[in-house]
Amino acid sequence: MEKGTWTVKVGLAQMLKGGVIMDVVTPDHAKIAEEAGACAVMALERVPADIRAAGGVARMADPTVIEAIKRAVTIPVMAKCRIGHFVEAQILEALGVDYIDESEVLTPADEEHHIYKHPFTVPFVCGCRDLGEALRRIGEGAAMIRTKGEAGTGNVVEAVRHARAVLGAIRRLQGLTPDELMTEAKNLRAPYELVVEVGRTGRLPVVNFAAGGIATPADAALMMQLGVDGVFVGSGIFKSADPAARARAIVQATTHFKDSKILAEVSRGLGEAMAGLDVRSMKPEELLATRGW
Amino acid sequence: MATIGVLALQGDFREHREVIERLGGTAPEVRHLQDLAGLDGLIIPGGESTAIVRLMASSHLLEPLRELAGGGFPVWGTCAGMILLAKRLDATGIPALEAMDIGVRRNAFGRQVDSFEVDLRVPVLGDPPFHAVFIRAPVIEAVGPEVEVLARLADGTPVAARQGRLLATAFHPELTPDSRFHRFFLDHVVRRA
Repeated sequence: MEKGTWTVKVGLAQMLKGGVIMDVVTPDHAKIAEEAGACAVMALERVPADIRAAGGVARMADPTVIEAIKRAVTIPVMAKCRIGHFVEAQILEALGVDYIDESEVLTPADEEHHIYKHPFTVPFVCGCRDLGEALRRIGEGAAMIRTKGEAGTGNVVEAVRHARAVLGAIRRLQGLTPDELMTEAKNLRAPYELVVEVGRTGRLPVVNFAAGGIATPADAALMMQLGVDGVFVGSGIFKSADPAARARAIVQATTHFKDSKILAEVSRGLGEAMAGLDVRSMKPEELLATRGW
Repeated sequence: MATIGVLALQGDFREHREVIERLGGTAPEVRHLQDLAGLDGLIIPGGESTAIVRLMASSHLLEPLRELAGGGFPVWGTCAGMILLAKRLDATGIPALEAMDIGVRRNAFGRQVDSFEVDLRVPVLGDPPFHAVFIRAPVIEAVGPEVEVLARLADGTPVAARQGRLLATAFHPELTPDSRFHRFFLDHVVRRA
């Protein structure tokens, strides 16, 4: 009997496909998410919009918060550690979380190195802005990838940019010759073997979700139609007027992403979405997606 | 060749479709009532059982699927799919199709760090052993008189079972290259007279 294998790590993410992973800060939020049909929750002290507003250094959540949320639900519980903070990751593994998000939403602990994730038993998900970044993270052992988007903005534009960058680059790799693939590995700054594999299969070797700015059922379906495997919704649910209704609607939109009649139905009467931020009016130091490489 | 619908509300339905297609069958995605027409069998994939059961209800599939599974239509559930087929669940489970006379406990091995791979002896598949992937897996705690246990862990815990035209596995044959379980479903569950 072998635990913590690559198959088992990637496998849990495969079970999450077609689903919605929701940020929650209390056990009550977690129950609302589970009852709405979330396939997992992300246990946090603050949602990204509040992390933005609070400023200062954002760190791993207090274990008490994570444990209370774990007790509240039976679906998988994820938690975030800072980029490069492998001790926060060790603590989250000891707490028995089901997935660790090495996340740019928290303040990076290391600006040169991400965590070397292969030795851990618990699997990791990491953010990316393009294919090279995705493959570097997979090279370090990430068993699931998500777009970075721009968390806490309620603005889907960056998630779209990052998903198109990743999926477009995958399409371009197909049909390249071996010498061209080596050049492309250089251009992408990505491990050659992974570039070859993606060129051959036409997909990432791990599950690929969208994250960062998804606030409506239409946003979720947009990301699914672009070709991601599922969505993370952070501030978009619990910063809206009616979190339970919006959560249910986003779950249905993610399953029925190609069915415009259902999308029209579930988009009705959800109340105010979260107030959004125009990413173009933000200062460079306010952008979270540029953290990590 | 058989047409095997794969319930595509949430979970790893693509992996099941790829195996069925590799074996020469067709494997349409099932999200609506009309998708059930013309099928020879149905696979309920791995995923989050609580998410899938809620989507079954909101997609108006719960009652039609209960009727199918309870009425002798071939259905195979893997992991979450096994939970959804079971008549009896532990206190955390939400009853879904209640078709198969088994008692199932969810997340029976603990958290993700306790997920594992192991070689299983499966007499109906013959040799070699079947390499099985268990992810936050359920187990079968009780079996009714009409249920045949197809595989057990070393400690005797049942992890695969069959009752008439219902098949349940606690693990994920769709995640490994070995297609013998899918072949078994096609040849001995779906095609059985």
